Amino acid sequence: MLTKLTAAAAAVAMICGVAVAQTAKPTDPQIAHIAYTAGDLDIKAADQALQKSTNKEVRAFADDMLRDHKAVNEQALALVKKLNVTPQDNPTSQSLVKQADAKRAELAKLSGAAFDKAYIDNEVAYHNTVNGALRDTLIPSASNPELKNLLQTGLKIFEGHQQHAEMVAKTVK
Amino acid sequence: MSRFQIAGALVLGLLLAGGSSSAAETIRVNVANMAFTPGEVSAHVGDTIEWVSTDFVMHTATARDKQWDITIPPKGTGSVVLKQAGTIDYYCRFHPNMKGRITVADAAG
Repeated sequence: MLTKLTAAAAAVAMICGVAVAQTAKPTDPQIAHIAYTAGDLDIKAADQALQKSTNKEVRAFADDMLRDHKAVNEQALALVKKLNVTPQDNPTSQSLVKQADAKRAELAKLSGAAFDKAYIDNEVAYHNTVNGALRDTLIPSASNPELKNLLQTGLKIFEGHQQHAEMVAKTVK
Repeated sequence: MSRFQIAGALVLGLLLAGGSSSAAETIRVNVANMAFTPGEVSAHVGDTIEWVSTDFVMHTATARDKQWDITIPPKGTGSVVLKQAGTIDYYCRFHPNMKGRITVADAAG
């Protein structure tokens, strides 16, 4: 019974992905930390792709992710400085890092087309999950209007990334 | 004879003027908040489309039929001169959720 429950909980956790771990809505310093962390993790994923992949489309996509996520995170850093907010670590950020670290370790064992496919499929899934969290939790919970505005812009950029990743995924067998 | 020459020169002059400088326009499309605005514009062959971005990420205006692929730097501009009539659908290669359309008619005049 206990294992059944554990399995069910694990399944729910998998489906929800980065579903915000806390029941209370996250504070602005936590939201800023989550958004920054999510971007930073996609930069790390792109770095790995640029080290391992020789596929032109995959490398171009990784370059785009590096450039855009760095640009968004620069805006985020400038904003928290301006607002005098210190981003605060939290269980959602920690869970994102843990999952991304595990995925990078998994991808590190792959090479060639197998790596390309695993990377780009994960980019589709990752952006889908992060966009869901932005849409359903982070944006509605943000109280500072400038933070909310940056998150909304970020969501549009990342929705673009998701569509772009889906297009690249179709070319990688 | 000389009358014909003068008339000919006048006609040629008018054609040249009409074919280029008097008709060609620059049509501005704003790139802001992850969208091309206006999303649809009408133009003529010889016109220039100029995209002016206020976004902090790089974009492209890429014709679906691949006739052009214009880079629009962050808070920068990009432009293209329209060479042929027809309907051109375009999008941003980096953010394919950004879409636009240009309807190009034959040169005005």
